[in-house]
Amino acid sequence: MSNMIKQENSLLKEFTKGIIKENPSLIILLGLCPTLAVTTSIANGIGMGIAASAVLICSNIMISLLKNYIPEQVRIPAYIVVIASFVTIVEMLMKAYVPLLAKTLGIFVPLIVVNCIILGRAEAFANKKNVLESIMDALGMGLGFTLSLLLISMIREIFGYCWIDFRNYGVKEVLTLPVITKDSELIIELFGKKIEFYKGIFVLAMAPGAFFVIGLILAVINYFKSKFEDKEIL
Amino acid sequence: MDLLLRFLEISIGTIFINNFVLSKFLGLCPFIGVSKKLDSVLGMGLAVMFVMTLSSFVTFIIYKYVLEKFALEYLRIVTFILVIAALVQLVEIILKKIMPPLYDALGIYLPLITTNCAVLGVAELNINLGYNLFDSIVHGFMGGVSFLFAMFIMATIREKLEFSDIPKPFKGVPIAFITAGLMALAFFAADKNILSIFVQK
Repeated sequence: MSNMIKQENSLLKEFTKGIIKENPSLIILLGLCPTLAVTTSIANGIGMGIAASAVLICSNIMISLLKNYIPEQVRIPAYIVVIASFVTIVEMLMKAYVPLLAKTLGIFVPLIVVNCIILGRAEAFANKKNVLESIMDALGMGLGFTLSLLLISMIREIFGYCWIDFRNYGVKEVLTLPVITKDSELIIELFGKKIEFYKGIFVLAMAPGAFFVIGLILAVINYFKSKFEDKEIL
Repeated sequence: MDLLLRFLEISIGTIFINNFVLSKFLGLCPFIGVSKKLDSVLGMGLAVMFVMTLSSFVTFIIYKYVLEKFALEYLRIVTFILVIAALVQLVEIILKKIMPPLYDALGIYLPLITTNCAVLGVAELNINLGYNLFDSIVHGFMGGVSFLFAMFIMATIREKLEFSDIPKPFKGVPIAFITAGLMALAFFAADKNILSIFVQK
């Protein structure tokens, strides 16, 4: 009985470690290219996160099942073939069901193959552990990756455009923030007068903004890391 | 003459406007990871340039004359990544045998290139943009040049940054990202769409 509880605890640990403590893109800094390139809108960020997580989960399961049959010397090419096959499947599914999203993400869908997170988890985790642990690990890492994409894309889209655009999923209208907006300007009505309250910083949504946003996020993480290092909370 | 114009068009477009690192976000891991020292930047940049030119040639030939001929386009991703991995191995073996000095300079960076997204990215882009063989080779070579260019600027700035007084949380990677952002802003100014905004006003 206690053995079972212990096992459940370790499974839960494999799941939660990927979300904050070993967050793949913000703490370990893996898979930076998609993190910066596709986070121009929340819709793209979530789409990329889900696509990469799906590949990660499938490849972790497959590699964990095959770990005893793959010869040690050719393991990396074997992993790459497994990952590339799943990426092909995901790309075809995306082109069929969310064609607009697939078009916006462009070459970053096939580039999931060289996303270091997936090969890294295969090499560091899935080829040593059993299937259940690998699934939990992949779920946690995938969720961590998706959440960090969501954080960056939220900052970039809301401060850059002042709207949330889900048109790639077939939604007709863009969601504007609950203040009167016009062309990425937030306008507040105060005593019958319209006051321009905030104007979208377009540069945040463009290429340089991605670098600024992730630099600031990493600085905030460093700050909290150094603050809590002595207390050992994180 | 046409070829020369096309060459200039692709080179300027790839190096300044659509810089692989700063505007397309390809090859960021080595851009942040390796750009601490100038020597390693030159080694990595040259290795990437070499492999990118070769791989855009080989992947284009394979796509046009094997995959497209037999209607196997859906095998694109698997084929490209395997071709690139094999090519990197081949380059490593040949360099070791023929040019030991160059191998010593590039050796440790070659295995890292297989998972560099710029190499697979350029192969995919050549197909997506509908380039022909000449365009693809120029695009591959100039993509490598743009990578080396961005890495070179970054490394020279980072060597100076070592001695400057930076707030403690920003030390290391965060300030490198902010620097990259400022560089991207400078490269961004060459964009046609941005220039047209100023012209209209």
